[in-house]
Amino acid sequence: MKVVAQYLMVLTLSPLLLGVINRVKAFFGGRKGIPLFQLYRDLFKLLHKTPVYSRSTTWLFRAGPIVGLGAVLCALAIVPFSGRHSFLAFDGDLILMVYLLGLARFATVLAALDTGSSFEDMGASREVQFAVFAEPAFFLALAALARGTGQLSLSAMFAGLTPAVWQSAASVLALVTAALFIVFLAENSRVPVDDPNTHLELTMIHEVMALDHSGPDLAFILYGAALKLWALGALISCAVLPRHSASWFVDSGRFILMMFVLAAAVGVLESIIARLRFLKVPYLLFTAFSFSVLALMFQAAR
Amino acid sequence: MHTTTAELIIVAIILLDLSLAVSGSLAACIRLAAAQGVIAAILPLLAGSGAPESRAIIFSSTVILLKGVIFPWLLTRARVKANARKDVEPFIGYPASIILCLGAFAAASWLGTRLPLPETTRVAWIVPASLATIFTGFLLITTRAKAITQVLGYLVIENGIYVFGLALFVEQPLMVELAILLDIFVAVFVMGITIFHISREFDHIDTDELSQLSDWHPQRDGEAE
Amino acid sequence: MLFSVVSVVVLLFSALLALIFNRSALKTSAVGASGAVIASLTGLIPVVKTLIVPARETLSLPCSLPVGSFSFVLDPLAAFFLVPVFILTAAAALYGVDYLKQFDGKKPLGLAWAMFNVLSASMVVVILSADAVPFLIGWEAMAAASFALVIFEHEKSQVRKAGIIYLVAGGAGALFLLAMFALFGIGSDSLAFSSFTRPAGGLASVAFLCAIMGFGLKAGFVPLHIWLPEAHPAAPSHVSAVMSGVMIKMGIYGLMRALHFLTPWQPWWGWLLITIGVVSGLLGVIFALAQHDLKRLLAYSSIENIGIITLGLGIGVLGVVKAIYPLAALGFAGALLHVVNHALFKGLLFMGAGAVLHAAGTAELEALGGLSKKMPRTAVYFLVGAAAIAGLPPLNGFVSEFFICFGAFTALRAPIQTATGAVLTIAVMAAIGTLASACFAKAFGAVFLGKSRSLKCAAVHEAGPWMGFAMGVLAAACVFIGFASPLLVAPLSAAIACGFGPRLGLEFSAAAGIPLLYISAGALTLAAVLALITVFRKFLLRGRKPAAGPTWDCGYAAPSARMQYGASSFVQPLTDFFQPMLRTQRHYSGLKGFFPAGADFHTEANSVFYNHLYAPAANLIKRLAFRYSWLQHGRLQLYILYIVVALIALLVCKL
Repeated sequence: MKVVAQYLMVLTLSPLLLGVINRVKAFFGGRKGIPLFQLYRDLFKLLHKTPVYSRSTTWLFRAGPIVGLGAVLCALAIVPFSGRHSFLAFDGDLILMVYLLGLARFATVLAALDTGSSFEDMGASREVQFAVFAEPAFFLALAALARGTGQLSLSAMFAGLTPAVWQSAASVLALVTAALFIVFLAENSRVPVDDPNTHLELTMIHEVMALDHSGPDLAFILYGAALKLWALGALISCAVLPRHSASWFVDSGRFILMMFVLAAAVGVLESIIARLRFLKVPYLLFTAFSFSVLALMFQAAR
Repeated sequence: MHTTTAELIIVAIILLDLSLAVSGSLAACIRLAAAQGVIAAILPLLAGSGAPESRAIIFSSTVILLKGVIFPWLLTRARVKANARKDVEPFIGYPASIILCLGAFAAASWLGTRLPLPETTRVAWIVPASLATIFTGFLLITTRAKAITQVLGYLVIENGIYVFGLALFVEQPLMVELAILLDIFVAVFVMGITIFHISREFDHIDTDELSQLSDWHPQRDGEAE
Repeated sequence: MLFSVVSVVVLLFSALLALIFNRSALKTSAVGASGAVIASLTGLIPVVKTLIVPARETLSLPCSLPVGSFSFVLDPLAAFFLVPVFILTAAAALYGVDYLKQFDGKKPLGLAWAMFNVLSASMVVVILSADAVPFLIGWEAMAAASFALVIFEHEKSQVRKAGIIYLVAGGAGALFLLAMFALFGIGSDSLAFSSFTRPAGGLASVAFLCAIMGFGLKAGFVPLHIWLPEAHPAAPSHVSAVMSGVMIKMGIYGLMRALHFLTPWQPWWGWLLITIGVVSGLLGVIFALAQHDLKRLLAYSSIENIGIITLGLGIGVLGVVKAIYPLAALGFAGALLHVVNHALFKGLLFMGAGAVLHAAGTAELEALGGLSKKMPRTAVYFLVGAAAIAGLPPLNGFVSEFFICFGAFTALRAPIQTATGAVLTIAVMAAIGTLASACFAKAFGAVFLGKSRSLKCAAVHEAGPWMGFAMGVLAAACVFIGFASPLLVAPLSAAIACGFGPRLGLEFSAAAGIPLLYISAGALTLAAVLALITVFRKFLLRGRKPAAGPTWDCGYAAPSARMQYGASSFVQPLTDFFQPMLRTQRHYSGLKGFFPAGADFHTEANSVFYNHLYAPAANLIKRLAFRYSWLQHGRLQLYILYIVVALIALLVCKL
């Protein structure tokens, strides 16, 4: 029952994360900003619109958003919630989760290629390029956690993270968290990898791939992006928030609060740093990779 | 608690190694090397179990003063005088530098388990970290064009030796360390003056071009024969 | 076992008939294809039986040879390799019926069918052999038949070059295998597998290296792979499917059998296999990324998949040596299952490439585009293959890659050395997975999506019914394995137990049973979720008709199909990053004058090893050989003298 409640909470709360990010950025920019619940309204409005399809597209273009959303929904069933078990938790589930996100990416990229627009293809090209550097970093960060906790499922790994572990292996966990954070920014197309607020097609990654989508398809994409933000953010929140209390309500509340703190941190980060040049993005992801490798080495030497 | 803090310091030293290896700006490199020196200087304060001894405090503050204030000041001055404001001009790229550093750290960890060291250090990775730092220093010296980066490389090597000294002689790091520090101080001082003069004579301090100054010159030798 | 023999006989007999009916394309195709299909279906009966109820059937033909015997054995390991051989033979034969029609009247189709069936028969013989002599006979027959098929279109100079490289590689490989079997047979008067003595110490390592060289040449380990990207694109597509899908796996099969005779294993063997796997996997996929010919891309991707299989084998060997059995079991399981999976999706992809080549007359990615509108069925099948080879759930590629990755994760807590291997495996698998998905997004996108880039795509037609059927069967198999992976535990466990010891079979069932159930559940959940969203979307759009318009052109009013992002542009950020390994050669004619008429630019990324390793070596050998060219003067009498001298020398040695 609690597992289902957790999942439903994720489904309802994730669009709010983007609202928080936007509000924080507006605050730093001295603006009033869009309402906190704007994404909900957008989604509702888009679901009731009739889509427009390019004549060069096929069924694949319509299937892209569906597969993208479906894969992220399944991946979320694996992601732990405040260090508690999710309902698709098994040994090795982290591999399935990463590959499901890969499936979502593959579907989005193919849908973008289906339009035959250079700009969308450009975005797709960047998306696959950055994934090549982000995924090894992500896997190795999880491997460091697996070696540290001796667990092979995401839920068990994060459940095994106690304050005592943090105290004894702070450096390893800090490195892992840093690596996860960079991957989180890159995979969700946030600054400094991609700027969601950019208005020039040439400089976009994620946004440009969704240029031709409209109506419910666009709603699926936007919602999928919000869910993915939660999926990867939840890992960071679980990492920095070792479980203390026995009460599910307290834990859940604290966890959700942490998610919003994370969103606020992203907002602050986006307000104070600029987007990197595309040529430099692989360097950033390489840095995440080296964090993961160092974490593993430290963990191995313990 | 001290052990955890010490480990975090070690991690910071290694991360500074990585950023030194990939940093593109000379000013940042000077700051990073200084920061590394300062952070490393805190280590002896954490050696004992209780409050640090006064001797350790004096020692640490001397090192911090030298590495955190005087060296950066000298180097920055040399940089400004020599007009070497631009980039550090590495010969190898970012990914290659990172992979080299990670490889060096892996090799150092393996070496650290092989070296016959006294079992007095409780802090993990202190030996690998020091070896990796020394390697980073060599990397800076060998793969950068500017003479000033080479001075920086020596400084980083000194940081590594310092950490290594801490690992080896927990009790008496003072003498060794002070001797090396003095050497480096003189070296930096001399190099600062030399770089200034070289740049005044030749308008640049790129060492790969300075190789023309050497006595033996292949083309000219060929012509002579 | 009886049915296996029947299937080989049917294959050889139909090969003969196909040759006899060479005159009529219809008859020879009917005979060749039906022979292959009947033989495959018959052959599958004992294979499936052996996999369900693990057993070991032997057969000795009552004819003797000087050093060997015609003895055969069908055990679960052999059965596991026979499954893809038979499935792919049948599918490729059906596909060939339609595909070969384009050569009717221009080429001897009878020969093509005969060689195709001989190729299949020889693979069955290789797998079933329990003696070095029939093994090598099958091995050489396999090389000869596939050579004949590679040079099918021998009027093209590219194809002739490919044929020669292939021939040399095959010959060199066989030499190493002879040496290996000789080492196995030391101190025994027979070359039957059962009578092999186990070479010990240094000799075992030599035998292992011989196996790596001999079988690696067939499997396409980097840097022994150079024949592969030449020969596979040259052959007709259904033959490429069989060659890439199963023939190169005979190298893996041979290596697994050879390892069996080499116990106890050395740790460095595991490390060597891991290194080969890492290098082949990464370089294979990086080279595949840079290709712009679809079949060449698929050939390089085969090298990548051989790398994944070898990586699995490597961690398996390491796990056994270091007594970390879950790692070993999952590594071997991943390698074995990937053999089958790769046969299915690579066969499918080569057939899809063949359909494109057949329809558009070119497999050049930069000239294609938008084919999914004209070839909707082929597009779906190719998409299934592309997603499967990228290791995406819920398809079969994910399951085998999961085994290898999961195996590495189980070994993370092991002592530092093994853990290092595990970490390396994880990082490399992640990199290979994303690179492969980039590579196949490019391939599928460039061929089937967007708008057509050249006139060649205008008159494109859908693949013939048999071609479609063959691809459909393979695509269905890919989906089936992805969803029904728990059914594989028993056969895999039997094959592992047979090949690497019963203990590992049990370890595998214990380690993989529950995760596979969850993966299957996850796949079903995904399917259900997708269905739900689709229904939801239908519900939202009820009674409304989506509008049609042009693609958003970002303000530029007259985009043409030629302005689309090309396949090379799509991967350019990655190929640029890997340029030090790729060493792409660029040929650019340059623009001339104020109103340039046209320019030419093309890139080529496949000759690093050829140019920097083999060409210098060949030159060196040539130089040395010229020094002794005075021995070679063309006088017959002296040649005979050489022979006499050699014979006498041998005799004297023996005395």
